[in-house]
Amino acid sequence: MADKILHAVYDDDDKLLDAVKMIKAANYEIEEVYTPFPVHGLDKAMGLKETRLAITAFIYGCIGFGFAIWMMNHIMILDWPQNIGGKPSFSFIENMPSFVPIMFELTVFFSAHLMVITFYLRSKLWPFKEAENPIPQTTDDKFLIVIEFSGNENDLKKLIDQTDVLYIKVHDNKKISHA
Amino acid sequence: MYTVTKNIKIFCFTLMAIGFIGLAYGFYTAPQSIEESKAIVASYSDDGHGSDHSFNSEHATDSHESDHAETSDQKEEKHGSGEHSVSHDEHVYHQLSNRPWSALYVAALFFFLISLGTLAFYAIQRASQAGWSPILFRVMEGITGYLLPGSIIVLIILVLCTMHLNHVFVWMDPEVVAHDKIIQAKSGYLNSQFFIGRAIFYILGWNLYRFFSRKLSLAQDQAKDISNHKKNFQLSAGFLAFFIVTESMMSWDWIMSVDPHWFSTLFGWYVFASMFVSGITTIALVTIYLKSQGYLTKVNNNHMHDLAKFMFGVSVFWAYLWFSQFMLIWYANIPEEVTYFVTRIEDYPLPFWGMLVTNLIFPFFVLMNSDYKRINWLIVMTGLVILFGHYLDFYNMIMPATVGDQWYIGIPEIGGIMFFAGLFIYVVLNTISKVPLEPSGDPLFKESEKFVY
Repeated sequence: MADKILHAVYDDDDKLLDAVKMIKAANYEIEEVYTPFPVHGLDKAMGLKETRLAITAFIYGCIGFGFAIWMMNHIMILDWPQNIGGKPSFSFIENMPSFVPIMFELTVFFSAHLMVITFYLRSKLWPFKEAENPIPQTTDDKFLIVIEFSGNENDLKKLIDQTDVLYIKVHDNKKISHA
Repeated sequence: MYTVTKNIKIFCFTLMAIGFIGLAYGFYTAPQSIEESKAIVASYSDDGHGSDHSFNSEHATDSHESDHAETSDQKEEKHGSGEHSVSHDEHVYHQLSNRPWSALYVAALFFFLISLGTLAFYAIQRASQAGWSPILFRVMEGITGYLLPGSIIVLIILVLCTMHLNHVFVWMDPEVVAHDKIIQAKSGYLNSQFFIGRAIFYILGWNLYRFFSRKLSLAQDQAKDISNHKKNFQLSAGFLAFFIVTESMMSWDWIMSVDPHWFSTLFGWYVFASMFVSGITTIALVTIYLKSQGYLTKVNNNHMHDLAKFMFGVSVFWAYLWFSQFMLIWYANIPEEVTYFVTRIEDYPLPFWGMLVTNLIFPFFVLMNSDYKRINWLIVMTGLVILFGHYLDFYNMIMPATVGDQWYIGIPEIGGIMFFAGLFIYVVLNTISKVPLEPSGDPLFKESEKFVY
């Protein structure tokens, strides 16, 4: 079990990306990477599983599309048919072109909002949640790699010194010591 | 350097020869007189197609005739049905004799606009200093190599139209104009001299940009500084401003004016979206072909992914404009506007709704998945469907006005496609074979080579 945590801090996303590739190549387990902005290609370099958010986006879009059809059919055809511009108002299919903008907007609305909510739930984020990032500067201009390891820290330190690192810090793993 | 193989040459010339025969057959079988046209229509009814149908729907479906009827309706009522059927026969005769011309014109225009759409895409890459695409510049320049021959062919067809060899553009016929107040009011713009003058102006402008941009692009390969690149940037930005105005006017002149009573303010955008997606698709197809022959080794899946994203995005953009045009006209239901769609829905149901499947639904679902945008055979398959769909789109723009309900995708139409496809492929590959495939002197070439999506 990993009993120590190493923090390696970088000041540039390209340096971070190179470091992540090196650390992965040396078979160390990267626990987490904190960055001020999304770094292109970082997920692939870390070997993260591909996100399934795109699939949920499609499913949510379909739900929004279906909801729009149900809603417009209920409002404009079943509940209160209205004569607008002489269009036949008792048939959904014949009125369909005028509902397309609504279907489109609700598809986008459902897809976008539900996807954001899914992302929050999946990342265990909610309002007033306390920040978990160990170094607050990672919300400003610093990039942090967290590595959990056990045993001799010198090998790892030597490896990270080869990268273009700003500074390194080693902590005891609090999760272990409190348990 | 790419060389055009003998097989490709044989393939292109065979296509052109068969296409030429098809077109010639179309002109040969077109009726020379009203009697011949009656005989053709009668032979349709023997086949079970029914000439009665075409007779009844004729007034509602053909825009220039039905609008013309504003003045002639009362006259016809007085003269009785005998007079009417004579004018109907004459009308069908014009439609049938228009058919080979329209088949020729649609195909010539379509392949020319592929080239023009590619030119616009190329200019956007230049003007926006895009980093991913310079590796494909020679492919794009190859496709725009068809611009000169294509534009000359279209211009010749337009000149032949003004010489009253056909009735593709009804407003060119002084007889029609004399009885039509709406066209009379537009004759300050819609007259043969100004029409040809404008066409020469557009074609000259586009070809000049193509010529100088290509020259600067090739000069950059040997240059030590990037002055050619900078000049090309300025030239491209200027061209785009010129292009969007002239493209819009071109679409009114060459396409919208076949229905001289009808107008749509976003028509220029609509035509642009169609030629743009066709051009991008052709870039992807040519790139994949060259890669399959062992060239363009530095082009990888990342570049294909970006092209496929453009194919997907512009297909949706095309559908957005198509629907914007359709829905407003359908909703407002103003007679002089809505005839345009009534004609197409009643007489062209299959091409009209079919192109929505090929141009929107099919590419939308196939290219939606990120991974599929990297699979070459899927791009090729979708690309061919998109190109066919956009041919149908132009077919739907021209044919209802020129041949009305006498349409058919038969020997003249397929011949037209084959002839111009053969010419297009030959000219494009020949242009590509003239220069090295990599614009190695382009300052953005390195970035393009390393590009990772």
